[in-house]
Amino acid sequence: MKGPDVTWYLCVSAFLFCTGALGVLIRRSPLIVLLSLEIMLNGANLALIAFSRHYGQGDGQIFALAVMAVAASEVVVGLGLIVAIARRRLDLDVDKLSTLRG
Amino acid sequence: MIVASAANVLVWMVWVAAAFACLGTGVAVVSFSNPFYSALSLIGNLASLAVMYLLLSAEFVAAAQVLVYAGAVMVMFLFVIAYLGGRADAPWHGAPNWQTVGAVAASAAIFVEVVVVIGLKTGGRLSNSADIESSFGRPYEIGRLFLTDQLLTFEITSIVLLVAAVGGVILGSHSRDAPIAETEQ
Repeated sequence: MKGPDVTWYLCVSAFLFCTGALGVLIRRSPLIVLLSLEIMLNGANLALIAFSRHYGQGDGQIFALAVMAVAASEVVVGLGLIVAIARRRLDLDVDKLSTLRG
Repeated sequence: MIVASAANVLVWMVWVAAAFACLGTGVAVVSFSNPFYSALSLIGNLASLAVMYLLLSAEFVAAAQVLVYAGAVMVMFLFVIAYLGGRADAPWHGAPNWQTVGAVAASAAIFVEVVVVIGLKTGGRLSNSADIESSFGRPYEIGRLFLTDQLLTFEITSIVLLVAAVGGVILGSHSRDAPIAETEQ
């Protein structure tokens, strides 16, 4: 395998996941929370594909494609919720959307 | 040998460029206060990840990443951001409070833990990758796996997509007679 070995890809993947988790935790706009979720999913995808290459088996790539489909579904539902929230003229702020809090 | 090492250096250079682009755009997505710029940075992030997938000989996944993610999903994002207009802005609020500090500390701790575990526990075991055939990562191989070994994954994925499509239609339909709360500002 030319170039860096799997360890380097895993470090990039870990950094991406932590960046996404940080965005989910500290940002209040649901749009940016969704974008950060995409970064987390892509960090996981990079690890899957790196291990797929390392072991020479294609199953990791299949799983990465499934994750991609899940991410697309998540974006559809999330953006639908955001548009529904905006149509009711509520604030786009995850801290203020506390109607369902027990 | 000289040709082989030159190719190796070239792969390293492409990898370093893609990795730094990936990390930089990732941080940019989280830190922009305008979601439009965040979405554009995410497109850059996805493109540099596609370069890394190519280096890992996952050609089909790289193509799907650019088509599905950087194409379809991000267009949907940009459309919603344009629809919301100025209401989509997400300014940073004042000085960092204890929640922000705690979140940064927790993320940094997870990152350090993962890197230490990768460094200590895997040792040299991850340095020798398996030899692959030339068909690895090609559409033919992906399709064969999807329709033989991973048929269940394929079916479950289609059900997930169907449920998401139905959910999107229900969320977006105007016919719900739930009260539009004008006063609930």
